[in-house]
Amino acid sequence: MSGIHVSTKINGDAVEYVCDVEETLLDVLRDKLGMTGSKEGCASGDCGACSVTVDGRLTCSCLMLGAEAQGREIGTIEGIAKGTELHPVQQKILDNAALQCGVCTPGFVVAAKALLEKKPDPTETEVRYWLAGNLCRCTGYDKIIRAVMDAAAEMRGN
Amino acid sequence: MRYESPQTVEAAAALLAGEEGLARVLAGGTDLLVQMRSGMVEPDLIVDVKNIPSMTSIVEENGGYRIGAAVPSAEMNEHKGLCALWPGVMEGADLIGSTQVQGRATMIGNLCNCGPAADSVPGMVAANAIATIVGPNGRRDVPVIDIPVAPGKSTLTKGELVESVFLPARPKRAGDAYLRFIPRTEMDIAVVGVGVSLELDGDGVCTHARVGLGAVAIKVLLVEDAAKALIGTKVDDAALEKVAAATSAACKPIDDKRGTIEFRTKVAGVLATRAAKIALERANARASNGGEK
Ligand SMILES: Cc1cc2nc3c(=O)[nH]c(=O)nc-3n(C[C@H](O)[C@H](O)[C@H](O)COP(=O)(O)OP(=O)(O)OC[C@H]3O[C@@H](n4cnc5c(N)ncnc54)[C@H](O)[C@@H]3O)c2cc1C
Ligand code: FES
Ligand code: FES
Repeated sequence: MSGIHVSTKINGDAVEYVCDVEETLLDVLRDKLGMTGSKEGCASGDCGACSVTVDGRLTCSCLMLGAEAQGREIGTIEGIAKGTELHPVQQKILDNAALQCGVCTPGFVVAAKALLEKKPDPTETEVRYWLAGNLCRCTGYDKIIRAVMDAAAEMRGN
Repeated sequence: MRYESPQTVEAAAALLAGEEGLARVLAGGTDLLVQMRSGMVEPDLIVDVKNIPSMTSIVEENGGYRIGAAVPSAEMNEHKGLCALWPGVMEGADLIGSTQVQGRATMIGNLCNCGPAADSVPGMVAANAIATIVGPNGRRDVPVIDIPVAPGKSTLTKGELVESVFLPARPKRAGDAYLRFIPRTEMDIAVVGVGVSLELDGDGVCTHARVGLGAVAIKVLLVEDAAKALIGTKVDDAALEKVAAATSAACKPIDDKRGTIEFRTKVAGVLATRAAKIALERANARASNGGEK
């Protein structure tokens, strides 16, 4: 039986689509819905470039079937900036020049935002562990970690 | 390929039992999706169990906790009562993959995948966690140690699935711990993993112990000789030396790129003593807390 009808919410908007059983949520986002912000780095859960939230919880969209989104609330990179106003994590990544090719960046932004919502005042070690599932082949991580620490400070109001 | 998302565990068992081809339960999917992607398994039927209330909740029961088989590691590790009562089991589950993987991965998926290096299993074995299995012939309770047989092979029969796992109440002076060895700090497969659970009496004498051992045999092991070396002692250095020897003696490891037989055997003993010491500290800390959760 292919062709599963799914009703879900993505970034607050009701969305419906039809997908095959074997299609992942990442396949659906990119190929069916044209939401190409989430990237496919590995398709095996290792790189975090496909990070989304599902009912608020950070998840790899490559490790989830499109069918599993039925009735859930999905959050993607496309929902993070408010119009042209960037989220502090996005702005600090720019300010710190914490990206080069940018393939990993959406995943880092989604993951870091999820951390700061759960823990507004993380230590650097906590940030590094939380982001251990996000790989970056370009930057060497340091600038990314600094950007997240800066964003945390700004969001706390210091 | 068919996808079903039943609302009850009985309906899930009926779907699994009725499928003529290959049927697979889908919990977090962090093993199953990777296996499907690489062509290792091609199920005819996928039964998603995340819409079944008894499989997605954590419920207090007789002073212990019943954890639904679809509850992810991240949710368990946010549960204060669980973390206070069985910190060793929780730290095993907390080592599974990244934050993203922990948002989906379940202990029962870890168990039913039957990998010898499954990080949450030695802790559950040490805790003597009991899995409730539902199938065409009703419910049965089975100790976690009796479920895996070999990589990818379990004792579950056609139509059966695990509904929940029960972690029992424990006396005031009791603690547990899980340690693994990996060559880096995160995101790697255990070269050795050891879970230890201890109970002590008012004089600090160990009255009950269990040791679970991972990644050094075809499946996770229960090391009865290591437990015997602890019971009746104050978990002193002499006892710990015997624990190390018994744990190393139980190993039947393989040589591979991540560790030699000799290395794994030695490290198993060392980790067992360290995990026993942490379990002891936790037991004493909990007792001085009045056994508070
Ligand atoms: C990037 C990455 C890193 C990882 N790191 C680790 C690690 O450090 N340590 C570790 O131990 N594992 C690791 N894993 C493996 C995996 O995440 C774990 O084994 C996880 O616990 C599996 O749980 P799940 O709920 O996702 O299982 P699923 O993939 O949903 O299921 C796994 C298997 O168990 C069966 N199953 C699931 N639930 C039931 C049930 N209730 N009844 C009967 N059968 C069932 C499924 O049919 C399937 O065969 C990693 C995986 C990835 C992708
Ligand atoms: S594409 Fe999902 S983790 Fe790499
Ligand atoms: S900027 Fe290229 S992978 Fe991170």
